[in-house]
Amino acid sequence: MSEPPLSPDELRARFGPNLNYTPPGGWRGPSRGVATRLVKTHCCFCGQQCGIQLKVQDDKVVGFEPWEEFPFNRGMLCPKGVRRYLQDNHPDRLLAPLLRTERGFEETTWDTAMSLTARRIREVQEKYGKDAVAVYGGASLTTEKAYLIGKLARVAVGTRHIDYNGRLCMVSAGVAYKLAFGVDRSPNPWSDIPRAQVVMILGANIGECAPITTDYVWRCRDAGGKIIVADPRMTPITRNADLYLPVRPGCDAALLMGMLHVVLRDKLEDRAFIDAHTLGFDEVAASVASYDPLTTARITGVPPEAIEKAAHWFGEAERAIAMHARGIEHHSKGVENCLAVINLALATGNIGREGAGCMMITGQGNGQGGREHGQKCDQLPGQRQISDPAAREHVARVWRVAPEEIPQAGYSAVEIMNAIHRGEIKALVCACFNPLVSLPDAEFTREALSKLEFFAVIDFFLSETAHHADVVLAGSLQEEDEGVTCSAEGRVIHIQEAVPPPGQARREWQIYCDLAARLGQAERFTYASSRAIFDELREASRGGIADYYGISYEKIDQQLGVFWPCPSEDHPGTPRLFEGGRFFHADGKAHFVPVVDRPGGDPVSDEFPIYLTTGRVVSQYLSGTQTRRIGPLVDQYPEPRLEIHPQLAEAQGISDADWVEVTTRRATMTVRAQVVRTIRPDTVFIPYHWAGKRSVNRLTHRTIDPRSKIPEFKVSAARLARAAGPPPWARDGTGGASARHLPVVGAAAAAPGRQGAP
Amino acid sequence: MTAGLQFFIDPSRCIGCRSCENACAECETHRGFPMIHVDYIDRPNSIATTPMVCMHCENPTCAQVCPADAIKQNEEGVVLSSLKPRCIACSNCVLACPFGVPKMLTALEQMMKCDMCYDRTSIGKRPMCATVCPSQALAFVSPDEIARQRREVPVNTFRFGAEEVRTKVSMMAPRGVEAVEIDVVDYMWEASS
Repeated sequence: MSEPPLSPDELRARFGPNLNYTPPGGWRGPSRGVATRLVKTHCCFCGQQCGIQLKVQDDKVVGFEPWEEFPFNRGMLCPKGVRRYLQDNHPDRLLAPLLRTERGFEETTWDTAMSLTARRIREVQEKYGKDAVAVYGGASLTTEKAYLIGKLARVAVGTRHIDYNGRLCMVSAGVAYKLAFGVDRSPNPWSDIPRAQVVMILGANIGECAPITTDYVWRCRDAGGKIIVADPRMTPITRNADLYLPVRPGCDAALLMGMLHVVLRDKLEDRAFIDAHTLGFDEVAASVASYDPLTTARITGVPPEAIEKAAHWFGEAERAIAMHARGIEHHSKGVENCLAVINLALATGNIGREGAGCMMITGQGNGQGGREHGQKCDQLPGQRQISDPAAREHVARVWRVAPEEIPQAGYSAVEIMNAIHRGEIKALVCACFNPLVSLPDAEFTREALSKLEFFAVIDFFLSETAHHADVVLAGSLQEEDEGVTCSAEGRVIHIQEAVPPPGQARREWQIYCDLAARLGQAERFTYASSRAIFDELREASRGGIADYYGISYEKIDQQLGVFWPCPSEDHPGTPRLFEGGRFFHADGKAHFVPVVDRPGGDPVSDEFPIYLTTGRVVSQYLSGTQTRRIGPLVDQYPEPRLEIHPQLAEAQGISDADWVEVTTRRATMTVRAQVVRTIRPDTVFIPYHWAGKRSVNRLTHRTIDPRSKIPEFKVSAARLARAAGPPPWARDGTGGASARHLPVVGAAAAAPGRQGAP
Repeated sequence: MTAGLQFFIDPSRCIGCRSCENACAECETHRGFPMIHVDYIDRPNSIATTPMVCMHCENPTCAQVCPADAIKQNEEGVVLSSLKPRCIACSNCVLACPFGVPKMLTALEQMMKCDMCYDRTSIGKRPMCATVCPSQALAFVSPDEIARQRREVPVNTFRFGAEEVRTKVSMMAPRGVEAVEIDVVDYMWEASS
């Protein structure tokens, strides 16, 4: 039923991705005149949430201007921020609801689209039960929308299955921080980074995925700080590392346990801190007893001397910071990896002080705010546990429902797709999420989507996932609505509506309210504005862990952001957590949690001897729904490539720029080799932003962490073979490499090895 | 706002993100085409990249070799793109520049290059590339600030053999380096005896 109604080429011709290169009207058009307004808001691409001014003319976003007063990035922007305005006025933009017909997707009225959606949801529920409908949200939605989609699912749709694409981001860190500290937030503001004497960066490609953080790290180095980088690849941030640890994929916990072993062996722990502010140290100490440097080196592939040195630098520093991202979190033991970081920070007393802490680098635009207020399958607003009777009672009161009307925890993102595949879930409402590209094992996802009896998508472009939809509800870009997001450092910031949604497109919260009304819950969804939703969210979060009660749009504007928790109107917010050694658990202590290292879900074997790891490039964002439509960003890195070490390449008979077949236990893809010495010889890397045959997520596997439910994107077992020639997709002219540039004579034209021009 | 501020390049900070190129291309005067560039130094062996803007030589070689006298310096010492009515697109400047900066746009039949965002600096704004640069490999700040914050020091004297080039833009170099010697001969005992 939910197969795409047209061929991929036909869909591409109408809905893109087409490449936008110029502001509206072209470089010499009227939009190049004086801007009517400069709107101070934030970049939509990534959890740094950089301040940016959007240039607006006649209700069109026509360019940008740096916002130098915003303290986090002080005008700095990565290429995605610079070019983000090209997603506006885009030819692919959905301007009205779409209905699947035999002739493809056709525009329809909101009334037709919404009444169909409500009717089909109820029909499926009457036939198969309430929980046969699932809802997917997204971490690019403002916090108001993330809050409201959680309420929509639980109150109006009445399903327990609501989860979101943040499940593919930092949830392993979230679970670990909750276990250890009782709260899911990076404990330190970014301004602490330059104050540290040692910064250890674990599995975080900061230069490409959190580019603005680079300056903070370099400032630490300017002040005499030492930089340690642990990663199977040398990413750009490695160029100034004082110590590089080339950890084997899947061995992060072992590396950190080895470091803790050395810290304890050499008595570098902070006994006073451990005794006064923590529980469970002895068990953790026992758990690392066998991880001597030689044993750890054998597991991790990191030299014993380097492990000793890293442990000594971290343990001897008065102020040390450990920063981590998806590299250690995207594992079936992602929670363990993060706990191992926390144990090291706690044992050395590096927490709750300026320049001392452990910090997760949340990746998605509203990755932090989007997970705090109720679109996670197991949480209610304010980071409350959905199983906690007191939490249910509080939220039920705000929602004006009975506590028992709020469903219990449902499935996580991957589990929802599994349940669709096995026929347990029959209908899906999906907002701002492109699971066909971003979930692991894409062929499985494709099969699942084609089994849905009803599928509604809410989005602003027709993503590859939306090709399978029965109805597509045209939503809004970030700059087309007001609201808040929360950045990676826990700073709640104000997103301004720069322009209204174009055509008949609607703000998502209006779509949710309309749907709720048609599902018979109009009186519980009576918001006139985002602000009204935020005011309810403040109440819903009040007294919770992520307490927003004291935050207002005005306070955010005045302070240039408010760090939560902010429990009262006269409270300035909390930039740094755990000061004075006070943690969020009822006992006020931090909890050491012992780590047991264990194998991953897709182990290497004789047949699949190579580690395949995946990640991002600087010019693309997540599944590329937006950034694969922005011409200059596509030109910068037009298609996925295989990073491979010359030793491995030589052994496989592969030369630079050869086409290579990469095969895992799921599928094969053909991709061009880039032979570089900056990756371990037992590991290859492919970035994941592309769809169809260019999607490396066809190769990844669905194993998830049992606690965080995050997929293991960072380790798959693979084998390689030189391909006879380019795959069909490389010959069909949609590779994205542009021929529009004028011929240029000069240094740049002659530069060898330039990215984007293989 | 920009009085007293200077341009500093520190290639060791560069992460190769091309934010500078993208931002440069947004300029209203060259519309979609960057006048600066980022290069991998040796991608097969390293992730190191380096950004390059015009160094704005005190006595610019590009202008010296221009047969059409099309390249001018303004009163602040900024070396400008070629004058469109004068430029004959001969590429002499492209070949002569010791830093490899000018580009000849063949379709426009004109050499264009970084003019340190004259449109912005002349109205008190910082150059676009240095404003957005996430690693501050490109920085437009006061010399005091650079001296206070960085562990490297600015150098604006470059010796290409016998030829000394002094520039408006500074390159960050290890402490103790006062001029960058480009010619290997400068480091040889025989040559200096």
